[in-house]
Amino acid sequence: MIPPSFDYHAPRTLPEALALLGQFGDEAKVLSGGQSLLPMMKLRLAQPAHLVDIGRIPGLDYIKEEGGVLKIGALAREASLEASEIVRSRYPILADTAAVIADPLVRNLATVAGNLAHGDPANDHPATMLALGAEVVAPGPRDERTIPIGQFFTGLFTTALEPTEVLTEIRIPAPPPGSGGAYMKLERKVGDFATAGAAAFLVIKGGVIDRAGIGLTNVGPTPIKAREAETYLAGKKPEDAVFAEAGRIAASAAKPGADRRGSVEYKKEMARVLTVRALKKAAQRAAGR
Amino acid sequence: MGRHRVHVTVNGTAREAEVESRLLLVHLLREDFRLTGTHIGCDTTHCGACTVLLDGRPVKSCTVLAAQVDGRRVTTVEGLEKDGKLDPIQDGFMQEHGLQCGFCTPGMMLTSYALLERSKNPGEDEIRHAISGNLCRCTGYVNIVKAVQHAAAKQR
Repeated sequence: MIPPSFDYHAPRTLPEALALLGQFGDEAKVLSGGQSLLPMMKLRLAQPAHLVDIGRIPGLDYIKEEGGVLKIGALAREASLEASEIVRSRYPILADTAAVIADPLVRNLATVAGNLAHGDPANDHPATMLALGAEVVAPGPRDERTIPIGQFFTGLFTTALEPTEVLTEIRIPAPPPGSGGAYMKLERKVGDFATAGAAAFLVIKGGVIDRAGIGLTNVGPTPIKAREAETYLAGKKPEDAVFAEAGRIAASAAKPGADRRGSVEYKKEMARVLTVRALKKAAQRAAGR
Repeated sequence: MGRHRVHVTVNGTAREAEVESRLLLVHLLREDFRLTGTHIGCDTTHCGACTVLLDGRPVKSCTVLAAQVDGRRVTTVEGLEKDGKLDPIQDGFMQEHGLQCGFCTPGMMLTSYALLERSKNPGEDEIRHAISGNLCRCTGYVNIVKAVQHAAAKQR
């Protein structure tokens, strides 16, 4: 399959890319790794008239901790995230997530930022970023916006990004002492989208949960932040009965549709089970185990 | 729509072509450069039959635009043999019967070649993980793993 006709642009700088997007507006799509956009174009699910390839813009492929924040540049690949020493040692939830996205060949090109900007509820990083309370940086024609991830996913394949904006950086607060996170995904086979997935992040102080973040994958039209379950967990002890109840509350926020991956009931049940497992693993990591 | 002049190093040789924006890398290789060792399997980023090395890393060439590889380095299965001598990975597939129908083999060998560049003595789990984006519909994975280990031993 060959994608429908379009015009390809390869700007060398961010201002050039923004100028092209300003010129073409919603006729254009940003191309980075291309591992979601190109398959969609081949299937005619997307038919942009212009592709603005940001792949040649230097200096956007970083993963670095700076001023108490982990910064992931627009061109950081999933494979780089998986291999990053700082990610493996300090943000294992991100390594968990990268390791289950598509397959190793796709991860050599696919970008973390693209995984968010695509707005697909089946993508894995959205849940993790919701659990971690990330922000994304999006320069546009006039100014630069910083968008909290909780306000980013606005609908099916729709995000808060304007067609004239580029997601250039993801910012994740550095993990405080006593914190831990984990991502759990159920997939039918390597490379498949999640039947369901759950990300959990816990900050534990003095034996009590100070703050919790929970995100769910592919159980609704958007990635879901399980706010009620997060609120329930605050102030509770990190123990099995508490996690079991949080799993039940989180699953009640799921609004999956039935498809080849399972029925509505099955997916909600998997969201519950995976949330409980992610919470337990997060608590183990928070305890340094 | 737009056409672009692409300069790309393929198997060590500088090549160029004028391509339409929408041309995929796999078609540039197979049709413009007549390098038909790169196969088209599923054409939907699943099977890995079209795997090539882009700047040394295995990628699925059905999901890369030809225009994107301007100025870059591509290795196809035709580039594994050097001066009439098979690469150890090719020898491994031959010695260990690492192929049945052979359709997945170019992609399997390129992914395994890249694995052996960074891991000199991979265990079965590591090999199976590395090739998890390459599907063998003959399900000949046992011998594929042996073939990669054969190549690894030969290179040590």
